Amino acid sequence: MCQMGVIPVLTVKPWRALFDEKFHVVVGNLPPTQEVTLHSLHQSEDTDYWEAFGHYVSDAQGRVTVFKDPSVGGTYEGVEPMGLMWSMRPIPGSRPELRLRKKEVHTPMVVTISVYRGHMSQGFREQVALASVVTERWYMSPGVRRVDITEGGVTGTLFLPPGPGPFPGVLDMWGGSGGLVEYRAALLASHGFAAMALLYVFPDQNKNATIGYPYFEAAFRLLQDHPLVAADRIALLGLSLGVTVVLSITAYSEAVKPRCCVCISGSHACRIGATQSVAETSQGIHKKYAKARTDEENRIIWRDVLLPIPEDIDLKVEMGRVTCPLLLVVGQDDQNWAAVESADDMKEMMERTGNSHLLTTLSYPGAGHLIEPPYGPHCSGHAVWRPQQTSRRCTGRLMGKDSRFSARASLSQCQTPCAVQIVSIVLRQMVSLLCKARPLTDQCRWNHCSI
Amino acid sequence: MCLSTMVGTFPLLSVQPTRGLVDEKIQVVVRNLPPALSVTLHSLHHSEDNDFWESFGHYTSDGQGMVTVAKDASLGGTYEGAEPMGLLWSMQPVPGSRTGLRLRKMDVLTPMVVHISVYSGHMTEGFSKQSPLATVVTERWYMAPGVCRIDIREHGVRGTLFLPPGPGPFPGVLDMWGGGGGLVEYRSGLLASHGFVSMALEYLSHDKNRTSDIESKTYFEKAFRIVQEHPLVMKDRVALFGLSLGVSIALNLAAYSKDISPKCFVCISGSHVNPVNPVNKVIGEVFRKMNKDGHKIRFDEEGRVVWRDVILPIPTDLGEKVDMGRIKCPLMLVVGEDDQNWATVESAKDMTQMMRAAGNEHLLTILQYPDAGHLIEPPYTPHFRASNFIMQQTRQKVIMLWGGYTKPHADAQEDCWEKILSFLRQHLYPSPDSVPKAKL
Repeated sequence: MCQMGVIPVLTVKPWRALFDEKFHVVVGNLPPTQEVTLHSLHQSEDTDYWEAFGHYVSDAQGRVTVFKDPSVGGTYEGVEPMGLMWSMRPIPGSRPELRLRKKEVHTPMVVTISVYRGHMSQGFREQVALASVVTERWYMSPGVRRVDITEGGVTGTLFLPPGPGPFPGVLDMWGGSGGLVEYRAALLASHGFAAMALLYVFPDQNKNATIGYPYFEAAFRLLQDHPLVAADRIALLGLSLGVTVVLSITAYSEAVKPRCCVCISGSHACRIGATQSVAETSQGIHKKYAKARTDEENRIIWRDVLLPIPEDIDLKVEMGRVTCPLLLVVGQDDQNWAAVESADDMKEMMERTGNSHLLTTLSYPGAGHLIEPPYGPHCSGHAVWRPQQTSRRCTGRLMGKDSRFSARASLSQCQTPCAVQIVSIVLRQMVSLLCKARPLTDQCRWNHCSI
Repeated sequence: MCLSTMVGTFPLLSVQPTRGLVDEKIQVVVRNLPPALSVTLHSLHHSEDNDFWESFGHYTSDGQGMVTVAKDASLGGTYEGAEPMGLLWSMQPVPGSRTGLRLRKMDVLTPMVVHISVYSGHMTEGFSKQSPLATVVTERWYMAPGVCRIDIREHGVRGTLFLPPGPGPFPGVLDMWGGGGGLVEYRSGLLASHGFVSMALEYLSHDKNRTSDIESKTYFEKAFRIVQEHPLVMKDRVALFGLSLGVSIALNLAAYSKDISPKCFVCISGSHVNPVNPVNKVIGEVFRKMNKDGHKIRFDEEGRVVWRDVILPIPTDLGEKVDMGRIKCPLMLVVGEDDQNWATVESAKDMTQMMRAAGNEHLLTILQYPDAGHLIEPPYTPHFRASNFIMQQTRQKVIMLWGGYTKPHADAQEDCWEKILSFLRQHLYPSPDSVPKAKL
């Protein structure tokens, strides 16, 4: 409780926002030069607690304005408007190797933001905050419609923006962990795209053996044929193994003609053949597991599995066959896939085949593999159960360095909020490529952007 | 043929935030249009009473194919000029609606949902028959996340308490609406979203089975104590907030109650003129006395009730008005100069004179707005010059003229809400400057 009757006033504006929108946190009515800690707390759907905190000193007017004041310690440092979100980590004593992912996209992520007296680094539960407010982070804006897709053998979830349409479309594919991950597609729909999250790695291995080009072509066609989708304005978006799918079908499928592609943290150095299944390709990669290493905390590092990038063109996607704009996003500290080397090789291939004008690469120092929508916490490693490996259980896969190290290492440059820039750049590119009529060639201004 | 087929572009309409508090501004931007294209921005709301409300503005896209509502001028429609919030405050019932409508949100646990669309061309009607170029949906909330709503039924007092999130303690507000009666919660929900424990008080019931006659002044004092004694409330930091008849109650309590010492109070569209002290007497008596002055009620050319003369002329007899010299705490008066329901301008002038004579004028702040009417409510909500009303005593249905003109009334609502919140914060949230050796 406050002595002398002074009550700080804490505001977070807007109170309810989309997940990729910034908020403004302000504390007022403090004494001047008062040390305080701003703290965020979230209980996940898995009932784990996540928190972040920053140490501040109020100014002469007794205010802390997170947008412009530096944090002098905590889970983030410096002027970080969204540090209370992206630097969240499991609270001490949590289960190891957690990953924060929202499955239920109809409801918001609820975050409690509090201000505490002094510079605290632990014991937040035992201390009464000076003030607390609640903010909601949504993946779906009002009016976005969620549709289960189970037609033509395709399993996915379609998100439609409000309005009469037609809308540009996005086929959204996540990585090899499998499952149907909806939040990115929901967010894309909140930005005006008809986005379909596609399930293509199933729990049933027999089913996985049947997932190949016909499946992806059916999914693409399904989107194209939807009455609210502009059939000639569909993008492919892939992350990790999803990039392998995107590049393969873009290069080799006659039926899939995307308007543009976005590939995050993936590689062309393995390809799915026209008659192969995704499972076969994955197994091909798994045969190289001997190259996987473990770090000092027994976390698996897979990045060498694809190295060296083969010279033999038959062992990788022929990038000369890509005829649409392509945006590659890579983290330079990706410990899971050799995304940087792959991007370099893709660029060389496209320069040789004369289509490098289609390529834009965003390359971020200190960023890891799981480059997701912005302001979500960084996950340096997480536990994965690989059912096909009965003889070996992964205790965790290392995704990239701890966000704090990367933030400190590149304070003058990108810092971990590169994720912000990534999504805003990706969205701007997708908007310009899918929504405008003018020629596409002048959109690709960056070739290799190191931010 | 839609615009996208005609010109090969997809108009992009964005509204930020898509979920906002009712008093938060929105940024409405249209992109990806051809340059110099005539478009209409339109908003549509389906009310709890099942009516449709709309507004619209006519724009021309700029050289980059954009329309930015915050800075571009609307050339016509329900509002004109650069009006960032025009799509909300200028809403009116769609053509063909029932008459005398008033838009009020009764369920504050859910948001007001507004569809904002952009249409090709400058349209003034037929929006439901035309397909828009794009639509977004925005939610307007009276409660911030974490605000808690609690039904209060204690010691005969009926109200709804709203608690901000957090450990507290918080200042408190007792919130009283006017002679329309019922339990109106939205202003209290909004006050709690700004850090005040606020109780909306019912003191005139629509329910015939309930006694609508508040038996004694103890009702209001009990209500005040419920707020004051709540564990999350700072006992010496409770304010009164009244509108219309609620002002009469607030002024009488502040001046005459021995048990209540508000820290400050806000009075919107009310008067100190008291044919009968509503706190000392049964509320019903107030109306009965006012009905005796019924010959002073006028009707305008459209048959609408003009009530403002009922308390005129402002009496000189001290027995017929609150003794303003007895006010001991800061008071903010909000007055619309076109108020056709209460003679608030004349009352405010008289109150000032009384306080000047008594030496407590320094406690008084007046916000007076030209061409604003009686119903000065939270900002960005539509204005009603007149609406259906049920007279409390006779249950007669009339159309009551409130006064005000849309644009100046909207400006008044926006301006005074900000000032009211500042006033409440200034007096209810002690600042470090005001507290010697203040520390946390």
